[in-house]
Parts: sequence; structure tokens; C-alpha cells
Amino acid sequence: MELLKLKNVNTWYGAVHALKNVSLHLLPGEIVTLIGANGAGKTTLLNTVSAVTPARDGDIRFAGEPIQQCEPERIVELGISQVPEGRQVFKPLTVEDNLELGAYLRFRRREPRKAIRADLEEMYTLFPRLRERRKQLAGTLSGGEQQMLAIGRALMAKPTVLLLDEPSMGLAPLVVQEIFGVIAALSRDKGVTVLLVEQNAKAALKLANRGYVLETGKVILEGVAAELLENPEVQRAYLGKDKKEIWER
Amino acid sequence: MEIWDRTHECMPRPEIEQLQLERLQATVNRVYKNVTCYRNKFNALGIDPEALGSLAALQHLPFTTKEDLRLNYPYGMFAVPLREVVRIHSSSGTTGKPTVVGYTKNDIKMWSNLVARFLTAAGVTHDDVVQITFGYGLFTGAFGLHYGAETIGASVIPMGGGNSEKQIMIMQDYKTTALVGTPSYAITLADRMEKMGIDPKSLSLKVGLFGGEPWSEAMRREIEQRLGLSATDNYGLSEIIGPGVAGECQFKCGMHIFEDAFYPEIIDPDSGAVLPPGSTGELVLTTLNKEAFPMLRYRTRDITRLDYSPCACGRTHVRMQKTRGRSDDMLIIRGVNVFPSQIEEVLVAIEGCQPHYQLVIDRHGSLDTLEVQIEVTESIFFDEMKRQRAFLEQVQKKVESVIGVGISVKLVEPGTIPRHEGKAQRVIDRRQG
Repeated sequence: MELLKLKNVNTWYGAVHALKNVSLHLLPGEIVTLIGANGAGKTTLLNTVSAVTPARDGDIRFAGEPIQQCEPERIVELGISQVPEGRQVFKPLTVEDNLELGAYLRFRRREPRKAIRADLEEMYTLFPRLRERRKQLAGTLSGGEQQMLAIGRALMAKPTVLLLDEPSMGLAPLVVQEIFGVIAALSRDKGVTVLLVEQNAKAALKLANRGYVLETGKVILEGVAAELLENPEVQRAYLGKDKKEIWER
Repeated sequence: MEIWDRTHECMPRPEIEQLQLERLQATVNRVYKNVTCYRNKFNALGIDPEALGSLAALQHLPFTTKEDLRLNYPYGMFAVPLREVVRIHSSSGTTGKPTVVGYTKNDIKMWSNLVARFLTAAGVTHDDVVQITFGYGLFTGAFGLHYGAETIGASVIPMGGGNSEKQIMIMQDYKTTALVGTPSYAITLADRMEKMGIDPKSLSLKVGLFGGEPWSEAMRREIEQRLGLSATDNYGLSEIIGPGVAGECQFKCGMHIFEDAFYPEIIDPDSGAVLPPGSTGELVLTTLNKEAFPMLRYRTRDITRLDYSPCACGRTHVRMQKTRGRSDDMLIIRGVNVFPSQIEEVLVAIEGCQPHYQLVIDRHGSLDTLEVQIEVTESIFFDEMKRQRAFLEQVQKKVESVIGVGISVKLVEPGTIPRHEGKAQRVIDRRQG
């Protein structure tokens, strides 16, 4: 069964109809990517799932249960964590404080400190650079390190679904590679299901199992990632393979 | 028996429906954006492509017909620029002018895998030697089966159509195990083998994959018996993709429509209304993941029925019954609807009667007449006039009882009804208007 399923989701920003009857699904363990131009609705879709910008109508189900009426805290509690666009780490706090805040709900649930401690260790294994900088203020980290911290913070909630918003934004190619490597490992080794929003369509499609292409709030393509990479329309619009004016009739 | 794409072919129904909805919405959004014909149709009817919220809502969208394809001849229905098309095919033109269809690289890959599904379902594996007797060319049949068989890893012999003696020689020498072609050509080959004194049982044939024209269960039994193979049916049309829309599994109880790629509806051919599940009517198909040539609600003109009950093979995809004929093949004789396939069923069932026949329709005054012409063979030729007449009467009564219209039956010389390596011209309608 689909782990996350959206059916005819409509989301509005005031008078702007940002998502128009969007339907999509994630199977357990899949990496699914959403690609599209600026303003296509990619971030809105993540914010809709995490209930930051709730849907006006439609059906969102997590493991078969409807979740579109849930508050954001509840969504996290259920096992869906979002890594927001632009990292949004707590800059005046230390790296370790940031990570522990990611486990906030677990502290509140009075989960054994030992388990949370163990997960913290795991984050440091996953991102050795964060261990080196554990006492450093998050605001002093490089962009790549902040991205790692943001991912680590989301993982501290022990999610089954990770929503990633533009993790490659503003990062050097080598750093992007490193971060994408971690995402692949999370899916492969930990079975985390990933919904990845990316402007870097090529890298995202190489990483993902499947993809959806959004255009002005609508899905215009769905398919296996390898096939979307070969899709002429995707190549034209998002991979910079060609100019846009090649209709020749 | 193997299943080529278990993930999709055995998907639980709710998951199929979610995938279909996602792909349908994407297809509708994309054709509205890329295909002028659809954009104009939607705008003229005031339909908002973004509003499509369910599979059932598809019935409110307009049909696409062969006429639309003609009006947009040759490339008007393409959803990608021509430079992104890697293959062009043309409809076989059973009725009227040809139409042009195109495929991107991904389309060819997807098509090959759909064909691989029904080849696998029929029992073809990478160990088989597949002889393709469809004509290579603009017609999709040969290339579809060819690519599908190669995708499985079978050895393909691209014979092409015609030259029956050579076909038979190669079948013997190359040890062909799977025969691909039209069912009527399978009969032609059996006839020829008989003439050449070759026992089909001495060949290596195991499976037959026949399509391209409607054929009856009786014809299946005849082919299986005479060629000593398991004969399976498959369905497709170039406007949708070619062969690979649907195919039988080993249980031969209808052809599984590959529902992750196509959405089927059954409509009343006269009113256009969608009929409840289980009804017999015209098949309407919508493609769900084609890139170059997406089709919304294409009227196939083929008459069939859909069966959603579970199949013993484990595939969850709906099964379509053998097509009963085309809604535009349907003959109206003295106000009665008659499908040529009904008559064929009767003829094949009669002892010794080989299915080389033709239907000639004419009008005398205001009365329609239907003459069934059958090629004479030894087994239905009698020295005694009385027995000959009795035989003809028997045929006439049986046909009349099935179709409910009076007919006449005539025997014609062997070989006078045109043989065709491709499709059968079964009907000659001499009525004016």
C-alpha cells in the first residue's frame, strides 16, 4: 500500500490557486522527486503535506489514514519530517542543541534519553563534520554543513517519510554530491521514504526512483526517474538540453 | 508461468486506480498544453482540464475519433516536436485513409515492455525462437512483436509477410517455437503444410500469438489442433500504441488490458454513454503514459465486454473479451444488427468447413440480401446433388438461427476468395447509400 497518498489536493495562498487537483503517491522506501520551475508549486506541496499550508480540499493519507485535518505537530508525531527550504537552522544555538530540538516531541513523550542519545551519535556518524562542530553555533557553519544539520535535525524525530526542500540550493557541486549520497544511504540502509523537491532536476532524477513534474500547480508528468531523464519535455524545460523554441510545424 | 512486470501487472485495484488518476490528470494537463486539437475541443466545450478529479469524470471529456486524426493529418496530434520522435507508424487503414502515429525513445521502450508482458503471459521465454509473419513497414504489428520478443531475450526471425513455403521451410530448419501473425494466416500456413505433405506435429511450434483481426474460439481450436500449438490472442491498434494494449494469459479467458498504461471504458456506440461494468459495447481507450502520441478517449470501434473478476493467473488487470467485430463493421441487414464474427463462429463450427468465406450484401428493390460464399473443399463437396443441397441448407439454417436474418449460401471455387497475408476482407457491401 502507498505510504503517502494525495488525491485531488487543492491549496490556496489567499487568492492564488497554488496546487490544482494534485494526486501523487509514495511507496514505502521510495525516493520520489518533484521537479518543476520556480513557482510551480513544489514547496507548496511539501508545506501542504506537513500542514504548514493546509490543503483547502482533497484527500491526504499517511499509511491509509487521512491526515489533512492534522496540525503540523501531529504530522511530525506520525512520522513525517520536513527539511525546509534554506535550511532554517536555529542559528544562535549550537549544533547539538539544534539536533536535540529535532527530537523535541520524543523528549516530551518521555522517551528514554538513552535512545535519543544513541540517535544523536548516529547523526554524528552520518555527518562526521557535525561531530567536529557540535559545540559551534549553527550560524557559523557553512551552507553545506547547515544543510546537513537541517537533515540531521529532521531525522532526530525518527521519521518514516522525509520531505526535503531544495537541499542542493546554493551549494557547491561536491557538497551536493555528499548530501545526495547521504539521502541515498538513508533510503537504502534505513528504509526512509523520501519526497525530494529539487531545482537541480538532473541530480534529483538520478537519485530518485520516480518523479513528478509540476507546472503552474499541476502535475504534467509522472514516471520512473530514469525515463523522465530521457523525456524530451523534461530535458527541454529542466535539464537545459535545448532551447525552448523547437516546435517546427 | 512467469509474469514480466509483477509490480504493475499484479497491483491491487486501489493502487491501480490511484496510479491511473495521477497519470490521467498529468495526461489531460499535458495534452491541453501541447496539442492544439485538444485545447480547442476543451475550450469549445468550456472544460477546465485542471478540474478532472476522478477516473469517472473522464466520461465528461470529448471523444477522439479517427476523423480527428484525419483532420490533423499528419502530425497535428503529436504532443512533442517531430525532432523528439524516433519512429513513425501508420494505421493499417482497414477503414479509409491511413493515420500517422509517432513514438519517442521512451514510448518505444514502454511499448516493448508491454508486448513483453503478453508474450511472457503466453509462455514465451528467452529460450524461444519467434517467427514474425506480420508485414514489416508502416503497420505496427511486426515491429511491436519484434521489439517485445527481443526485450524478453528470445531469438527473433523477422520474416515479414507472405511467401508461405519459405515461411514453412524456415519454421522447419530454424526450429521456430513461437509463431506470430494474423490468425487467418495461421490457417493459410496450415493449409499449405497440408498441401506440401508436412506434418505440423513434426515442427517445434509451441506457442502462437495471433492478432490484428478478430477471430473466434472455434478458429482458435482449429489452429491449435492443426498446428499443434497453444494459440493466444492479443489486442492493439496503432492509434493507441499497436499490439500491447491487451493480451491473454495461459488461462485464455480474456485479454488483460495493461491498465497502468491504458484506461478502458465501454460505451454505447450510438449514444456515446458509458455503460455499467459487464456491458457489451464499444471499447474506448485513453493512454496514460505515452509521450509522443497521447490519446484521450479514443473510439476504437471494437465491440467487447470487460470482466473485472479476478483471474487465476494472479494478474489484477481487467480482461476484455475477444472483440466481436467493429461497431463500424456492424452490418445492418433488414434492420437487424449483424456482426461478421457471428457468422464466422457458425461456419468454423461446421464439420469440414474451413473459414475461407466472404459475405456479400446487396439490395434487391428495398430488400437487403446477404449471401454467404464459402470456398469448397473436399470435405464439403458431395457427388450427390441431394447431399450437397442438404449441406447448404444445414449451413443456412445454422447461420439464420444465430443472426436472425434470412440468408443464402453459395459454394465457390477453391482459391477464388482473395487470400491476404494481412487482414481479411470478409465483407462486400454492394448496397448504395
